[in-house]
Amino acid sequence: MRQASLTMVHELARQDKRVLFIGSDLGSGTLEPLRQEFPERFFMEGIAEANLIGMAAGLAMEGFIPYVNTIATFLTRRAFEQIALDVCLHHLPVRLIGSGGGLVYAPLGPTHQAIDELALMRSLPGMTVVAPSDASEMRAMMKASLDLPGPLYIRLGKGGDPVLMPEGAPDFVFGRAVVVRDLGPVLLISTGVMSDRALKAADLLAQKGIDCALLHLPTVKPLDEETIIQFAAKARLVVSIEEHSKIGGLGSALAELFIDRDLRLCPLLRLALPDAFVENYGSQDSLLKRFGLQPEGIADQVRKALESAPS
Amino acid sequence: MAALDPHLDSKQERLDQRSLKLRHAIVDGLEGGGRGHLGSSLSLVEILRTLYDHVLRFKPDQPRWEERDRLILSKGHGCLALYALLADKGFFSARELRNFCKFDSFLGGHPEAGKIPGVEASTGALGHGLPIGVGMALGLRLKKSAARVFVVMGDGELNEGSIWEAAMAADKHRLGNLCCIVDYNHLQAYGPPEQVQPLEPLSDKWRSFGFDVLELNGHNVPALFEALSAPRAETGRPLIVIAHTVKGKGVPFAEGDPAWHHKSNLPLETMARIRSALGEG
Repeated sequence: MRQASLTMVHELARQDKRVLFIGSDLGSGTLEPLRQEFPERFFMEGIAEANLIGMAAGLAMEGFIPYVNTIATFLTRRAFEQIALDVCLHHLPVRLIGSGGGLVYAPLGPTHQAIDELALMRSLPGMTVVAPSDASEMRAMMKASLDLPGPLYIRLGKGGDPVLMPEGAPDFVFGRAVVVRDLGPVLLISTGVMSDRALKAADLLAQKGIDCALLHLPTVKPLDEETIIQFAAKARLVVSIEEHSKIGGLGSALAELFIDRDLRLCPLLRLALPDAFVENYGSQDSLLKRFGLQPEGIADQVRKALESAPS
Repeated sequence: MAALDPHLDSKQERLDQRSLKLRHAIVDGLEGGGRGHLGSSLSLVEILRTLYDHVLRFKPDQPRWEERDRLILSKGHGCLALYALLADKGFFSARELRNFCKFDSFLGGHPEAGKIPGVEASTGALGHGLPIGVGMALGLRLKKSAARVFVVMGDGELNEGSIWEAAMAADKHRLGNLCCIVDYNHLQAYGPPEQVQPLEPLSDKWRSFGFDVLELNGHNVPALFEALSAPRAETGRPLIVIAHTVKGKGVPFAEGDPAWHHKSNLPLETMARIRSALGEG
């Protein structure tokens, strides 16, 4: 997914002279083809996130469209004030690409595990927040990003993910939910790479006779409120599934929506990471299993919740 | 170092009519809002006056004119001085100064781009202007523009790490079109930098970061003019002008007093005292 995203920056740079790339201190050879073709629009600016974002804002004020990439935690935690003030307050078309969204950097520990960045970015006025599910959806989103007014945060999930959105799927539209499955008393709503696990969980549940609808939300902000409400209104149980702290991410966004739209009687099961720094290492998969976010864990929790949900 | 102490020297400077007029405009804003960063604005007047009177290229009726020079007041709390200059140049009516900080005003306690004609970047949180200025200078170079970027910072602001991140970037990119100015008024909110976070040797620091450094009396308009107007593009080196100033300059009882960094709920009699201390403008 990361490769798809960065390759698309190069594609966009070819299409549009306003597009440029800013990295911090990324791996050797990152976007070398772009650097070769457009050296004046390739910046590798060092481990200085505050300057990186301020500089991107300054370039955007001069009419450019900077795509900024570094590790998600450093990008969103270290430079939060710059993102809020330099980028969002000025409503600039700066694109922030956060590498290792969620638990991708599991073995590297809490400094690198991005468990709160969707909440941080979602809280900022005017920020669009996306978490595509796979490389093909990433490419489609990147293509659409060129014309998006205002700032954008892009969560990069782990590369080589199973394809949920095949090539040739409808054009990416910011703020539009993707209906993966549309029938069932249980409504699963997921984002990013969790949508693939949600789909597998839906298969497991179907084997037990429980049909699930599945909405994949590549855009966490703004929410596709109408589609969500339309599906939630006929569900016995709504389940949010995300690789993110329970505070402030997709589940929180849905809870806010349901309260605002008076759907408070609809039971909402929020499957997410606990409000805690992760104490284990291992792999992304092993941590997701630990927190009940692999297909089996999701299916188990849905089954239990359904038992106590009103019919 | 020269024998002359530029800090002391600046105290002896007498303000001319234009400097007094601009200071009265600052007090107009202070009166209107009943509050403001008076000391931080009064130290800035000659720096901004020199820029707007003699150095910057701009068109008040076309604030977004592409060929304009860009000025970022990174120490956004000194905005009353900027507003006084922008009003003086006709970006908006001087009557607006009296609306400073009022509910419907576009002149807030820190300057906002998009609201105020002539303001390039919203500032207020310190340490933001120089990174933005670096980006602007790079962008202008990419566009092959001859416009320059000026970033005015406070001395306390230099505590921020982002300033030094941006300084490294300005050196790396050899931004001859970038000019920084430090309003070195030797007083932060709490007290002198020596008590808070010592800055010296400040010139040496900037020199070692790859900047051409000029140090001068920041209330001396001819000296500022000479430093700021010289062509820079060919040097390939960013410039920093360390301008020694007096916080509260022109109002003797406020000069050098940290209590005048920011004041609110100012009574009318205090306003009268400020006017009287300034003298005729």
